[in-house]
Amino acid sequence: MAYNLKEEMNKKERFHSGHRLCAGCAAGIVCRAMMRAVDPEDRAVVCNATGCLEVSSFQYPYTAWEDSYIHTAFANASATASGVEAAYRAMKKKGKISAEKNVKILAIGGDGGTYDIGFQSLSGAFERGHDFTYFCYDNNAYMNTGTQRSSATPRFASATTTPSGTDSVGKKQEQKDLTAIMVSHGAPYVAQTTLFGNLKDFHEKAHRAIYTEGPAFVNVLTPCPRGWQYPAEDLLTICKAAIDTCVWPLYEVVNGEYRLTYEPKKKLPVEEFMRLQGRFKHCFKSGNEWTIKAAQEYVDRKWDELLEKCGRS
Amino acid sequence: MSIRERLSGNEAVATAMRQIEPDVFAMFPITPSTEIPQYFAQYVADGKVDTEFICVESEHSAMSACLGAEAAGVRAVTATSSAGLSYMNEVLFVAASLRLPVVLAVSCRALTGPININHDYSDSLAERDSGFIQLYAENNQEVYDNYLMAHRIAEHPSVRLPLMVCEDGFITSHAIENIELEEDGAVKRFVGTYQPENYLLKEENPLAVGPYGVSAYYMEARVAQATAMMNAKKVILEVAKDFEETFGRHYGFFEEYRMEDAECAIVLMGSSAGTAKAAVDELRAEGVKAGVIKVRVFRPFPGEELAKALSPLKAVAVLDKSEGFSANGGPLFAETASMMINLDERPKMIDIVYGLGGRDFTVKAAKAVFERLLGIVKTGETGPVYSHMGQREAGE
Repeated sequence: MAYNLKEEMNKKERFHSGHRLCAGCAAGIVCRAMMRAVDPEDRAVVCNATGCLEVSSFQYPYTAWEDSYIHTAFANASATASGVEAAYRAMKKKGKISAEKNVKILAIGGDGGTYDIGFQSLSGAFERGHDFTYFCYDNNAYMNTGTQRSSATPRFASATTTPSGTDSVGKKQEQKDLTAIMVSHGAPYVAQTTLFGNLKDFHEKAHRAIYTEGPAFVNVLTPCPRGWQYPAEDLLTICKAAIDTCVWPLYEVVNGEYRLTYEPKKKLPVEEFMRLQGRFKHCFKSGNEWTIKAAQEYVDRKWDELLEKCGRS
Repeated sequence: MSIRERLSGNEAVATAMRQIEPDVFAMFPITPSTEIPQYFAQYVADGKVDTEFICVESEHSAMSACLGAEAAGVRAVTATSSAGLSYMNEVLFVAASLRLPVVLAVSCRALTGPININHDYSDSLAERDSGFIQLYAENNQEVYDNYLMAHRIAEHPSVRLPLMVCEDGFITSHAIENIELEEDGAVKRFVGTYQPENYLLKEENPLAVGPYGVSAYYMEARVAQATAMMNAKKVILEVAKDFEETFGRHYGFFEEYRMEDAECAIVLMGSSAGTAKAAVDELRAEGVKAGVIKVRVFRPFPGEELAKALSPLKAVAVLDKSEGFSANGGPLFAETASMMINLDERPKMIDIVYGLGGRDFTVKAAKAVFERLLGIVKTGETGPVYSHMGQREAGE
């Protein structure tokens, strides 16, 4: 069925307003869209790593989640989901849950809880092949604790533990390519997306992931107004700049087959993405021109590699 | 009818697990508990159990998967030792605070520094504040029996707390002894099925687990948890009573051995109790009024009951098989002594840390402790309240 935003928006809301996420944070939109990708007749259990989303969406005695939800710790969203999934199988097998009813098991964590401290449990759960979908809302740093660098922080971004200064141009290392690492786990479905347009790209990938049997991974670039330093209303402009500069290419990998899902009409220079955010401000200072050049070279190389994987070179 | 067998402690635990047939078993190997999931894996391979057996990539994930499964609405178990238990530490506290009755078998082993695979309680007693109920065993029979009682205690509506079934690494876990097993059907009937009130997969209504609890709510949650631990005392005795009526073996918070008219006693836990009892038998034959108290339940700590039992004595030595590094004595001594404070009549008390990293404890050593106690009775002088026993001295 063709994607229809109006129909999607008429679905019953499964992630409610009233949560405490910041204005201009993409995580709330990600959660609403993620839950819209679960068919209305199916239930879900959401396993959330500790982070902004958790403290903002389930502050006792209020929850924004319509479906069942569990948070236990920072490093273990995937392990918790493994246990929920094992319990689901056990209950189905023993007839404690009716065979016709579907429960979709989702895990969601920020880049800290996914790329870093939660990576071991993520990797383990994917190797074991649990039937669940992991959504990473990648906002490029430990935002809940105040923008400390993570392995998802891009090179040259100023973070509170990699600040720019007289002797520093921000983070020294490139972002870990987690999506590629998840592909190499042999997962049946892996995708990269973000929020743009009518959210068709996000919705289709999320739905495909959730309805793929086995472990599926969706990496979502999720801008953070506090950490990236942009005005709240620029959220979608930044997402669009990320995909049009190819800083965050959109693609999916189905059973190892790469497919590009968005190709900018005109690939914009990387500074069009960097210029919008305070975290890259120092890159535009006189004498630091080389940082933008180096960032461009990295993006070009990764983009060429991706095109090749997609059979496009 | 009981079945006479010869099993190691680990196989006894695995047997109890097979009979109970939990819905989920999340395992990660570590010496000396590894045999438990290995035996269980064979039961799975041979179709003897209908359990989701998942081999996770760490102990942190093993306990996390148990939390997920229990919250989802089923029985979940795991087993570990030493560093594995330490690696679970964070999630143990979460299990207790979420009131998820996971049952964890611990083959107790020394913590690293230097690395050592042998027995002491530095692993389990380091988790004494985790909110887990802790049951200790002298031998394979007791660890089997404790395991049969574990789920009923943990899952009781007034308790709902996770529980550790502790055995002594290698000494109990690997030594093969005679044991009386119960029939599969009788065990299943005794343990019953898990009937959680609310759970993630409940069809009628969704459940949210693990909130951010600000200062306005956190304290109430902790007090409720503390109340549950206090409630566990009653439930432990109720389940033990039913166990005795069903299977004929008696259990309490602690075992009193030849304590009727005792003047001095050793308080300890686990397999060393057998050694201490042998020493008491020899001393009693010589007319010495010596006794032993073996603590079975460390959490909740039966402080009031223990203090009452010790009150008429003249001298007591607590034997601690974990250091604790308080510079005042080990955890068993701290807990025991603290409950004596308001008694009008109380014995002189000393603490001796012994048996660390598998250092042997002998009848001779136990008799030496009683000799010290007799000296205290005679002189009224305790000497050093906190000391170590069994270590080589410089030059030895």
